[in-house]
Amino acid sequence: MSIGMVRPDLPLAAVNPVAKVAATIPLSIALVLTLDPVSAGVAIVCELIVFMAIGLGSLLWSPRTLPVWIAAPLTGLSMVLYGAPSGATFWEFGLIRISEGSLEIGLATMTRVIAIALPAVVLFLTIDPTDFADGLAQTLRLPARFVLGALAALRLVGSSIDDWRTLALARRARGVADRGVIRRSLGQAFALLVLAIRRGSTLATAMEARGFGASAERTWARRVHFGGTEWVVIAVGCLVAAVSVTAAVVTGSWNLVWS
Amino acid sequence: MHATVAESAITSGGRRFRWRVVDIVVASVIGVAVGVIFWAWGVAWGPVSAPIEALLPGLQAAPAAVWLIAGVLGALIIRKPGAALYTELVAAIISSLIGSQWGGLLTIEAGLVQGLGAEIVFALFLYRYWRLPAALLAGAGAGLAMAINDLVLWYAGAAPAFAVVYTISAVVGGAIIAGGLSWLAARGLARSGALGRFASGREIRAS
Amino acid sequence: MRTGEPVADARPVEIQARRWGWRHGGRRDAAIAGLDLRIAPGERVLLLGASGSGKSTLLHGLAGVLGGDEDGESRGELLIDGRPPEASRGRSGLVLQDPDSQLVMARLGDDVAFGLENLGVPADAIWPRVADALDAVGLRLPHPHSTANLSGGQRQRLALAGVLAMRPGLILLDEPTANLDPDGVREVRDAVARVADESGATLVVIEHRVSVWLPVVDRVVVLGQGGRLIADGRPADVLSDRGGELRAAGVWLPTDVPWRAHAPGSAPPEPLMATAALDVARVPGDPVQRGIDTRVDAGRILAVTGPNGAGKSTLALTLAGLVRPDGGELAARAALAGDLGSEPWRWRSRDLLTRIGTVFQNPEHQFLTGSVRAELEVGPRALKLSSRERTTRVDRMLDALRLDPLADANPFTLSGGEKRRLSVATVLASRPRMLVLDEPTFGQDANTWRELARLIVELRDEGVGVVAVTHDETFVEAVADTRLVLAAPSDDGDERVGSASAPHGDSASQGTQRGVRA
Repeated sequence: MSIGMVRPDLPLAAVNPVAKVAATIPLSIALVLTLDPVSAGVAIVCELIVFMAIGLGSLLWSPRTLPVWIAAPLTGLSMVLYGAPSGATFWEFGLIRISEGSLEIGLATMTRVIAIALPAVVLFLTIDPTDFADGLAQTLRLPARFVLGALAALRLVGSSIDDWRTLALARRARGVADRGVIRRSLGQAFALLVLAIRRGSTLATAMEARGFGASAERTWARRVHFGGTEWVVIAVGCLVAAVSVTAAVVTGSWNLVWS
Repeated sequence: MHATVAESAITSGGRRFRWRVVDIVVASVIGVAVGVIFWAWGVAWGPVSAPIEALLPGLQAAPAAVWLIAGVLGALIIRKPGAALYTELVAAIISSLIGSQWGGLLTIEAGLVQGLGAEIVFALFLYRYWRLPAALLAGAGAGLAMAINDLVLWYAGAAPAFAVVYTISAVVGGAIIAGGLSWLAARGLARSGALGRFASGREIRAS
Repeated sequence: MRTGEPVADARPVEIQARRWGWRHGGRRDAAIAGLDLRIAPGERVLLLGASGSGKSTLLHGLAGVLGGDEDGESRGELLIDGRPPEASRGRSGLVLQDPDSQLVMARLGDDVAFGLENLGVPADAIWPRVADALDAVGLRLPHPHSTANLSGGQRQRLALAGVLAMRPGLILLDEPTANLDPDGVREVRDAVARVADESGATLVVIEHRVSVWLPVVDRVVVLGQGGRLIADGRPADVLSDRGGELRAAGVWLPTDVPWRAHAPGSAPPEPLMATAALDVARVPGDPVQRGIDTRVDAGRILAVTGPNGAGKSTLALTLAGLVRPDGGELAARAALAGDLGSEPWRWRSRDLLTRIGTVFQNPEHQFLTGSVRAELEVGPRALKLSSRERTTRVDRMLDALRLDPLADANPFTLSGGEKRRLSVATVLASRPRMLVLDEPTFGQDANTWRELARLIVELRDEGVGVVAVTHDETFVEAVADTRLVLAAPSDDGDERVGSASAPHGDSASQGTQRGVRA
């Protein structure tokens, strides 16, 4: 999980996370603007090439990208069935109208979801939360109190996972685990929230006792750098976006969504 | 046992709206906890939404309202300006750090928009009114924001009928799931004494 | 990297309370009122008192973390070095009870640096001070080490290092060892003692178990209800003159054993459950302990002891039928199973109720409802008992465990001792033939300890088979009939060696365990 620490030997692990997030912005914007299979398809090919080249290929097929491969066709299917119809109609049933146009929209939507989500999922897997917080607070100058508060809250994830397991066992021990899964899960989630908020309040006290939130100017033990590598990462992101857009425009399939 | 008195609103406006360390940390904790739920819901989303998407177009926005819980819950507990926005944003960041099929940036963007939807409702109440109707309206507001965002970004080619159904399910789902469930959770948390350092906890225990 | 400077500022803090008081927001009564107290620079004070004496409030006040108008209302004056604590950030440092709630950062070094960053210490001055502080508490691990992988004792020493790095003139400890096993207690206590010697800082510590801190402190202050000063003086004087009052307040005096059990009846015990070469695991396929041979008898108390990581809690969960064995044999005898099969982990949740009751280490894990009464009804309801029978049982439990006045209270709002009594009561309401307790006396004051010990022995005498996982030597010595010792996990994670002893001199000790090599 990248909410824990990230393996430092992973490619890109040492790059400022702000740059990694920024690199996904141009392509996301470009693909949101258009709805065509060419730009998204080209983007996917570029992404695969780039990730393989820098040694992140194995993450592409990790279980963590599985939701992307499942969600993309589903979202596409939605559009095949209910997309704005045009051209020849193949099948109609109630609100469903599969037409030439809706098939195109469905295909475009599916490739678009993959093209947008894949780089984000893979890149985010290389982001260590501590580095991310450093980047947000030092590079982007977001308010340190909030960034560090959120970072500290992450410490409670580990104990919350343990809590969840124990809560489940305790329900079996108390004789109520034979049925009512949904109601029991809700109750368990509530108990988890009680424990987490309690710990959070204690954590806040511990942090305050160490001068957190005081008016004094805060210093940073570790300076975050933003240099050549970071700009290269962003440049690659821009390049992928540019290639995708150009390909779509050249083939004439560029299709601005709100036109 | 615990002698309690209702908290009178004698504190001045500026003080009342200032975030204490405990506000920040507990809002973050709620954001993180709900963020993990967001992620889990994302993993379960395929099987949950597939039959709905195939049979009842646009109605999948109702179960999607689970992704709106963080903002409303955070605001009901913390009661500070920005609480809905911040909590929903943290939850979105956490779920995208673990991995989200909607992309990191756009997941965070969705969190921002949805948090804003709830935030605006609480702001319209001038951050003074926190009862059930406010929670339901805030949930509906978050639902509306989600619908607009999704229809623009993800379902851009949808037919009008789909858009209408999607919006209505998002608003109703938001009100019931994000508004109602969050309100119940906040009330339960207050009764459990976990919110001792918050006005939201003291008020309910006093009544 | 070491600076060679003392770990704390050489200037210890003076504490002055004048008619000081604090009322938490939303509460009618003040937690502490009209306190007059002076602590001289460099004094080391043990702060004692029953729950409700406001001793934690005082400590939080000294640390400057009680908050502002929104959090409560202050009266009188509380000063450290003549200034309000809130205005002297960094002059005091606070370590709290729960080791899990004090980790701020994911990396060891960052966590220690956190306070220094907040105080605006220049970046190049931070790392040498971090190294010094980690050294002082004996945590010699690399700075990027994950804080999530530390033991409880290490976490508390890390919190102490975070405090030390700020070079405070006042160190405040709020039950820093209450949640630790005996090794952890020693680790932390010794680190504090060393640090106090080196720095000369003023020290105020709250702890129920006096004997742990006696070697370190030179003054004992006892607070009564609402912060009334009951006793104040040299440790030996206070403990000998005020022993009665202190005991009544639940304080553990050195060498005290609150209560002792009589030996069990002489009739040969009937076995309820037996294991042979049992492997136990929380995560299937990853056993934490192997080759356990033991037996649970009706009318006997079996204590399971051993260091952290030896798989005590996992064994408890396995015996309780909550976790499936990872290998070997675990068989419930007919006396326990009745008409069911001999594999408790296959029983239905409801079938466990009358057979095996489990009391979890943290009572909050097993609370399901919004009131004490409803909580006690959960078991009887699941057993589909008549409403009259339910009421009878619940009333009896409320009475037996002194929970009557709390019948309508929310379980989560109870005090630590009350929560523990309730968690035991909920299990007993369904009358199981076997009882599994995980650290029943953990963090309890002497009064609750005595009550629990009596109750457990009563159950034993009624023929219930009891298994208690515990770190508490006093409990093993004064209450248990047999003891099973689990060995620490060895480096290769395979070899385990166990030993057995019989605290009551019971020669029929059955708590043996083979060392097995997989």
